[in-house]
Order: sequence, then C-alpha cells, then structure tokens
Amino acid sequence: MSPFRRRIVGRGIPLPGNDIDTDRIIPARFLKSVTFEGLEQHVFADDRLQAPDHPFNEDRYQGASILVVGQNFGCGSSREHAPEALRRWGIRGIVGESFAEIFLGNCTALGIPCMSMDVEDSDWLMEAVTENPEKQIVLDVEKEEVIFDERAMPATIAHREQLLTGTWNATRVLLEAGDAIERVARGLPYLSEY
Amino acid sequence: MGETLLDKVWRAHTVKMLPSGQTQLFIGLHLVHEVTSPQAFQMLREAGLKVRLPERTFATIDHIVPTASQMRPFGDRLAEEMTVHLIRNCQEFDIRLFDLNSGRQGIVHVIGPELGLTQPGMTIACGDSHTSTHGALGALAFGIGTSQVRDVLATQCLAMAKPKLRQIRVEGRLARGVYAKDVILSIIQRLGVKGGVGYAYEYAGSTIEAMSMEERLTICNMSIEGGARAGYINPDATTFAYLKGRPFAPQGEAFNRAVAWWRSMATEPGATFDDIVTMDGRSVQPVVTWGINPGQSLGVGDRIPNPAEAPETDRAAWTEALTFMDFRPGRPIAGTRINVAFIGSCTNARLSDLRAAAEVARGRKVAGGVRALVVPGSQAVAAAAEAEGLHMIFREAGFEWRKAGCSLCLGMNEDKLKGREICASSSNRNFKGRQGSPTGRTLLMSPAMVAAAAITGEVSDVRELLR
Repeated sequence: MSPFRRRIVGRGIPLPGNDIDTDRIIPARFLKSVTFEGLEQHVFADDRLQAPDHPFNEDRYQGASILVVGQNFGCGSSREHAPEALRRWGIRGIVGESFAEIFLGNCTALGIPCMSMDVEDSDWLMEAVTENPEKQIVLDVEKEEVIFDERAMPATIAHREQLLTGTWNATRVLLEAGDAIERVARGLPYLSEY
Repeated sequence: MGETLLDKVWRAHTVKMLPSGQTQLFIGLHLVHEVTSPQAFQMLREAGLKVRLPERTFATIDHIVPTASQMRPFGDRLAEEMTVHLIRNCQEFDIRLFDLNSGRQGIVHVIGPELGLTQPGMTIACGDSHTSTHGALGALAFGIGTSQVRDVLATQCLAMAKPKLRQIRVEGRLARGVYAKDVILSIIQRLGVKGGVGYAYEYAGSTIEAMSMEERLTICNMSIEGGARAGYINPDATTFAYLKGRPFAPQGEAFNRAVAWWRSMATEPGATFDDIVTMDGRSVQPVVTWGINPGQSLGVGDRIPNPAEAPETDRAAWTEALTFMDFRPGRPIAGTRINVAFIGSCTNARLSDLRAAAEVARGRKVAGGVRALVVPGSQAVAAAAEAEGLHMIFREAGFEWRKAGCSLCLGMNEDKLKGREICASSSNRNFKGRQGSPTGRTLLMSPAMVAAAAITGEVSDVRELLR
C-alpha cells in the first residue's frame, strides 16, 4: 500500500447501529496474546454468532474494504486490537456519523482514515451500500469528501495532515523534538525539585 | 481572566506544536500493564529504540491474573505467557514492575494513586481507557492505544489535540445510600455516552468537594463512559492529605514545596469553560443500568423504559438493549433476579467501597443460588481490608474473598459469567459480552447496591437494608 492516504477506494460493508463498542469489535478473550496476529478471525465474534445475518458473515460483503458505521463507533476500551482486527480483516477506511476519540486515534496510528458525515448523508450511504454492495465507495481524504454512486458528500476527517503526508507513525515525528523533551522535563517541579 | 487546570497543565507540558496542529505533550507518568504493552515493546525493538525515561514508567499486572490462586505458573497458558513477556520487557527496558510478589500489585488505576505515583499537575498516560481515573488527584490523564504506548515509551511524549473543557457542577449533599457511583452514572445518563467526545470534564461543586479521594477516583474513572477521554477534580486539602506519606509522594520539606505547586495548578476563579452543566446532588437516587451501555440507567425505584417513548434517535438502541437483556418495558427494575454479584474493578474496589458493601453484608447471608465475589483492587487494599476484618464479614455472609485483579470486569481471566447469567456489578461497563459470556448480562450499580442484590437475590434498594 502507498505510504500516503489520499484516496481510498473499495467496496463497502454496512454496519448499522450506534455506540458499537470495542468489546463487540473484538471480545476481550481474544486479547490474550502478545501479538496482534490472527485477530481478523475474531472480528465481531460474539455478534456474528448471535446474528447469522451479521454483515461480516454475509458473502456479498466479503472482500469489502470500507466500513460504514453510525454514531460513536468504537467507544469503550482503548484496545488497539479493535482497529487491528478490522485492518487484518481487510478494512482500509471507515465512514460514518461519528467516532469515539481513542478508537479514532488508534485508527490513524494504523493509517486507517475515519471520515465523519452529517446524519442525512450517513443514513443514505448506509442504505445505498446495503442495496449496492458491488459498487465502490471513494474516501477522498484530500478533498474531504465521500463519493458513492455519483453522489459526492462533504466529510470531515481528523488527523488529515498525518494521513496525507504519511506521518501517522507519531514516534518518528515526536523524536524530532530532540533535547527539547528533556528541557520540558527539567522545567517540571515534580521531576526537578522534589 | 482566570486559567483552568487544563490550560496550565497543558502549557507546562507542551514541548512544541506539530505540523499537524497537534501539541507534542510531555507525559510525566506512564503506567503499563500486560495486555496493551507487549506489541509496543516489540515495535521498539524492531525500530531499534530505547525507553526514553525508564524511571517515569511503572508496570503492574492486572487484567489477566487469576484471583482465586495467584501461584505461578498460572494454569492458563496464555495468561502465563503474557506475564512472562511483561516481566522480560520490564527487565530488558529497565522499568520498575510491581509484580505479584511485591505487595504492591493491583489494578493499575488503583495502585497509581495508592502509591502516590499519581500527583496533581501531572500528565499521565496508560494503555487503558480508564486512565481518566487519575484525574481525581488533579492530573490530566489519558487512555491510549498500543501505538501511543510505543510513542510514550520511545519519546515520553504524545501527539494530542487539546480538548475542549466542560465543567460539571454537582451541588448539595448526597442522601444516605447514594454514592459516587450513583453520581457518575447519573451524569452519564444525562449527558449520554458520547456527550463528552472532544471534551475533558472538570467535576466541581459542593458534592464533589465533599467527596473523599476514593469517591473522586470513582467519578473520574467513568469519564470515558461518557465519551470524555479525561476528567479531573481540582486539587485541594483532601488531595494533599491523601498524598501525604505515600511511598512515591514527596516527603518532608519537599512535600510542602509540592503542595504549593499543586495548589497553583488548580482552576482559578473567573476561568471560562466551553460548556457548564449543573446537577442537583440531593436528588440523585441509587442507580442501576437496564441496558447495554452505561448511559442506559435509571433510579432503583423506576420502571424499565419503553422504546416507544424514547427519543427517535435512541429507539432502535433501546429495543436492541431490551432484547439482549430480555427485559419487559414498564416492569420495575427492582426485583430483577440476579445470578452473580461482583464487587471489584478500577471503579469500585478500594477500601471505602469494600467498607460500604460490608456494612450491608454484615450479619446477613448471600441469597441461595447467587455466586458472590469480592475482589480487592490491590494487594494493599486487600491487606487493609483484612486488617479491619472485612474479609471475615464477607466470608461469613457467603461471599468469596479473592486476590487483587481486574477479575469479572472483563472476560480476560478465569472469572467469567456463564451463559445468560445476570450480574449485579460494581464495574464500569455493561457492554454485550463484557463479563466474559457472549450472552451474559450486566447491571451496573454501587458496591453497596451490589451487596444488597447479593443478599436479597434481586435488584434491591440498598436504603431499605441500611435502615
């Protein structure tokens, strides 16, 4: 994959519902590992077992790479295992009404753009993708819009700069500060005075 | 114009502005546990990086430890493997670990304050969403993902956008039988599980000011359940008295100098907020959740709501929640039979929580057919509780007295719900499957309310048992 995230194109998989938490994306028992390997097999494991018609079970959505969600997607636990499980399943971008903050940051850290749209466009997209799973969604990070079935919708994207410039690995960026880090440390009473 | 604690802490820790518009923020204290760190240590190794300030990182083991017996090697091979990795990583990178044999092990958000590591005016990060807990001492504390754990290990910094600030003022005296847990559940019920996204919460007002440090920790712990990544309470005399004499707090003359700085970091009169919400503490009732997120709650005297009466945007969610819980709209929540009672977690497993539960359990018996667990938040909490005989009160009542860990709050150790069991729980999340059974059901409430449910076998108003 390109080292930049300007435009993501792929088929969609719709996941209706608000406040879908990271325990549902990847139940805690699958976090018992010292790596992220194999998480894709367990994405939405419990939901899929209880709902045979769960989108992640359906043939017509296999091979999709853009996840369509509702409000506050990814709330709850900070486990990066959640976006890792989605990424390893094949998800390259997420679009919906809104995202929980820690989840969104974790997605950016993996180079997965999360784009937010207003409720009207978001609801329309959820329905349109469900009806036309074979059509492609375009997430245009650069132009801040989402295109489906010739309809272009404005979208906002957090951390756009990092995705466009390929700097979502923050460690490299933060290291550039060099000694300035220790200078700040020395200025803090709790590290220098007591 | 006065400044807020958020403004001052943010400025003191700013290394620089990044091209992305985020701030490079120095992190004064980094806490690590076994679940979200092994991949981060591996990433460091692969990049050939060291831990920047190993003396500012502390580790413990909490999520996966068994609570019945903690003899190593653990019976669960995966739990043992994660433990071995944590120990090895801490040795390799020169990080202090509070291991099972240290006497200081416990849930990471219990031991940070307890050891005096958590202090006012600090920035704190940990790969766990309940890191907001530490804000109770007037710190700015964030939950982070594993890539950010790597960032902090390698640079002692995070790239972050400064949040907006909402002050939540709670005024008045709480009624008997009403606890900090009921206050925070009421706040989340009112503002919603996503109401705090993009915000930090400053909790203030006479109800909050009157709270002990342990009650404040419960309040800040659940900020994230309201969508706010951080929540804090301004440091005051209660905070300073709590910290005095703790192992990692400044000692002697240094303590007085520290207090002067801590005091100077508090929000000043006249400071402005992006939003202010006011609540009446006197009217807070004992709260129970009825659904599958912590915002779906009601007073113990209330009836389970009808989705037909929900705001349109919540209707589908209410229906989904009631279907999962198998609850009928219109029925009182009180009287709901329970199978399991759990007193524990980073929200409510401190000494005062155990005392409140013991007050209810004393001289009574757990109802037949109910499995009841008390899991202290740390080895120090366990020792203090045992010193005053709380473990005997619980045991005589029929509760199991366990060893410190995250236990039944999340299904990562041997403590799990089975099948469709209903659990009265002092933890923080009632998400589907959270307590280890995909179809298990969780009712969040205060520790005293959990004890009441354990005794009666059903959701009960603790105030009736306290009479």
